[in-house]
Amino acid sequence: MTDAIASFGAGRRPVSIHTDDAAKARLKGRYRAETWFKWLGAAAVALAGLFLVLLLSTIVTQAIPALRQNYLTLPIDLSAAKVDAAKLDAVNYDAIAQEALTAKFPDVTSRQDKRLLRGLISTGTGVFLRKDIAADPGMLGGTVDYAVPLDDFADLYLKGLLADVGSDEAISTSVTPSQSSGDIDLTFGDDAMLALARGHGATEGENGMLTLTSGASSLLVAFNGGTVKLTALSPGANGTAVAKGTVIEALDSTAPAASGQAFLRVIDTPEASRKISDKVIVWLDTLKSAGLIESRFNSIFFFTGASREPELAGIWGAVVGSFLTMIVTLAIAFPIGVSAAIYLEEFAPKNRLTTIIEVNINNLAAVPSIVFGLLGLAVFLNFFGLPRSAPVVGGMVLALMTLPIIIIASRASLRAVPPSIREAALGIGASKVQTVFHHVLPLAMPGIMTGTILGMAHALGETAPLLMIGMVAFIVDIPGGFTDPATILPVQIFMWADFPEAGFQQKTSAAILILLVFLVIMNAIAVILRRRFERRW
Amino acid sequence: MVGYLVVLLLVLAAAAYWIGRTRAIASVNGDVARLHSLPGQHGMFLALFAAGPALLAIVLWSMVTPGIESSIIADRFSAELSGMGVPQVEAFIRDARAMAFGGLVGFADPTKEAAAAVYKSIHTTSAWIIWAVALLLSASGFYWAYSRIAQAYRARHVVERVLRAFLITCSAVAILTTIGIVLSLIFESLRFFQQVPLYKFLFGTHWSPQSAFTGAGAEAGAVNQDIFGMVPLFAGTLLITFIAMLVAAPIGLMAAIYLSDYASKSVRAVAKPVLEILAGIPTVVYGFFAALTVAPYFRSMGESLGLNVASESALAAGVVMGIMIIPFVSSLSDDVINAVPQSLRDGSAGLGATKSETIRKVILPAALPGIVSAMLLAVSRAIGETMIVVMAAGLAANLTANPLEAVTTVTVQIVTLLVGDQEFDSAKTLAAFALGLVLFCITLTLNIVALRVVQKYREQYD
Repeated sequence: MTDAIASFGAGRRPVSIHTDDAAKARLKGRYRAETWFKWLGAAAVALAGLFLVLLLSTIVTQAIPALRQNYLTLPIDLSAAKVDAAKLDAVNYDAIAQEALTAKFPDVTSRQDKRLLRGLISTGTGVFLRKDIAADPGMLGGTVDYAVPLDDFADLYLKGLLADVGSDEAISTSVTPSQSSGDIDLTFGDDAMLALARGHGATEGENGMLTLTSGASSLLVAFNGGTVKLTALSPGANGTAVAKGTVIEALDSTAPAASGQAFLRVIDTPEASRKISDKVIVWLDTLKSAGLIESRFNSIFFFTGASREPELAGIWGAVVGSFLTMIVTLAIAFPIGVSAAIYLEEFAPKNRLTTIIEVNINNLAAVPSIVFGLLGLAVFLNFFGLPRSAPVVGGMVLALMTLPIIIIASRASLRAVPPSIREAALGIGASKVQTVFHHVLPLAMPGIMTGTILGMAHALGETAPLLMIGMVAFIVDIPGGFTDPATILPVQIFMWADFPEAGFQQKTSAAILILLVFLVIMNAIAVILRRRFERRW
Repeated sequence: MVGYLVVLLLVLAAAAYWIGRTRAIASVNGDVARLHSLPGQHGMFLALFAAGPALLAIVLWSMVTPGIESSIIADRFSAELSGMGVPQVEAFIRDARAMAFGGLVGFADPTKEAAAAVYKSIHTTSAWIIWAVALLLSASGFYWAYSRIAQAYRARHVVERVLRAFLITCSAVAILTTIGIVLSLIFESLRFFQQVPLYKFLFGTHWSPQSAFTGAGAEAGAVNQDIFGMVPLFAGTLLITFIAMLVAAPIGLMAAIYLSDYASKSVRAVAKPVLEILAGIPTVVYGFFAALTVAPYFRSMGESLGLNVASESALAAGVVMGIMIIPFVSSLSDDVINAVPQSLRDGSAGLGATKSETIRKVILPAALPGIVSAMLLAVSRAIGETMIVVMAAGLAANLTANPLEAVTTVTVQIVTLLVGDQEFDSAKTLAAFALGLVLFCITLTLNIVALRVVQKYREQYD
């Protein structure tokens, strides 16, 4: 066509509107828009992926520390003088363990410090000790080395989660103490310490005086077998620096430490903004350097019930509760859901009633889950008087919630079975019921199972309706039956997320990780079922 | 004890199946072809009648007895319980039950121990009654059905009719659930509206039910009607939903477009599971993420910009909720976009349009009703979402449009009102049901509108 037009103009080829410069620019613009649009789409997908990575990495990095727990090995005196073998239940095991710990630090004398020191080991120590003695009476009669779990703050510090601690650095000058305990003066050979203190947030006072308040980093000087915490520094005579300090661990002697013999440790997080004091840090480091602390697999977390103490809190009670609840849900939702699907797909006449049922099921699938909780509260608890917090009620509520999902999936699966199967069965004289139950249902079963598992996975992660029926109660015991008070994994996560103790943040993440592992397993089974047994007709 | 009865009945049913089968075969002297129904069907018939009615009776019994037992206890101990409020009476009965059958007991006193003893004896009596009734039903059912088995007896029809009735009952459960939801919400809400007028609930702008009982002396227990105004909750819900949709709608839609029209097979193989995983993560996990990571991040970012961001800002809850809804939007949009016939794409490409022009000028307009409906469903989902807002949004009802402040939502208030110790008669707890009713109505309306939009405006291309 261009040629035809061109032939009209004598000699000179007019430029077509499709190839002139404006058109080229337009085309360029269109292609640019195209690229933009494409990249926008890719960015949307990437963003979704980024969110997922962010979410999972946050959870996993937080969860990993909770998988291990630090134990302190103490020589515990179980001789007859302390433990009466006839009255094992009457013994205060906590006190025995605490005595063993205080014996490690003979120079801790004040009441306050002693209490702080006793707080290093978990309050559950006595219970563990009693249980282990009951299991192995051979421990009695002498002193045994026994590993006790550390308190959550101590544990978190050792995992490096509570304070930023620098490494020990040798001080390249001499350090002379005035005394070996109490509030002492330290004289440093040069004034390098002054600049260092300034750099760590010391408050400037008169005459070049520097005060290290609790809002500044902690500067600890270790020498002569002891540790001194610096509280203030000032310039001394002849370019030296004089520091005031509190002895945390008594020095062996008041001899001056030569250059390189004293070590400086900086705790960057100010004492005021962390939940562990300098003293406790020094004690823990001493215990650690003595090789008494070891990190073990956190069996407490995996195999015990809930607790208010982070280091004693376990997930097993919630796992059992979830399991019991899921059994009830499955036992109710699967038969009813599949039966309803069979009726609606295979038997139901097309009339107003079945239309209502269908619309109803679709609407139920979109009802907010919390409304099911209200239903459970009003009907199961208040009308029928079923027990609160029980897996049986939780299972029933979740079953009602999962029912529409199972029905919709089962119907899709039944519909996928070709009519020829039904016609063949009917043709050789099977009744309608026999056709469905002997031929259609078995063929649809993989799809139904897949839908059911996905529905159960959905139910496993559901929280809101169970809050309504009291599964949020604080339950220490591991539930033994369907009517025992219980809690379930997602609710446990919700409760732990609310606890203020720092240790619970890791526990929550670890519990989430366990929940996600269960969900992944269920989804993997669904995928395998689909791959293995799905048949294309 | 009743558990044994159920097991016994199941054993009886198995025995009855075998007996029925044998009898059917014996009735034609082994010539099975002469039977109207298969031997197995005769067996089923006998088993159904031997165990079915008895099992039904047990189900009924277990639903009814707890209520009857409680009312008998309340009746017997009416003298001791007089003057107690409903929750105390409930706690008394609960403790008595726990003492009788094991469980967590609040605290024990002699009256409760007496009540527990009575409870135990009543329960034993009622268990004996159900044993007797069940065995009687089982025996008579067995006798009746056994006498019917004969060569010409149409056992198959009976069995299939019973089965069909069972299937119908199962489909009716869905309707019963809806009826249960509606009735329970409406009844409790009506009790609430007797104490607080409807217009004050719907249009009041002050919400603080934690201080429900302000009266003292003669007015003690009177309900302050002015603190049940749900407007701030509704505004908070809409604010968070709006932020969520701001995140989810563009990302979800663009992701769906990219995956259906641009992505190569390998990209799709990665991206689809990513979205599915995002959809499968429980909401409580998103809530934890919002409260512990996103909210502090927004807060510190706001601080560095000189803005004052609340630690439970609507922004954090909204954004995380948006992330949660992305896969929902994208999978619904994906279905809609894929439903646009290929001929439209081919036609557009034939006219020289680029891919993006085809999508923007042809496919999106054609899919618009479906996309609108998907967005409405997503909004309904966001309004009903609970855990994210419970963990990351505030508790105090602020009437504000500032996304940096803390707002509360309808679902958060339902949870806070109903979790923990509760007296079931107070306006406070009943308010939760009124909120639930509002929530149910809003989401139902959105779903119906979404359905209607598709039905009404969808273009039929084929």
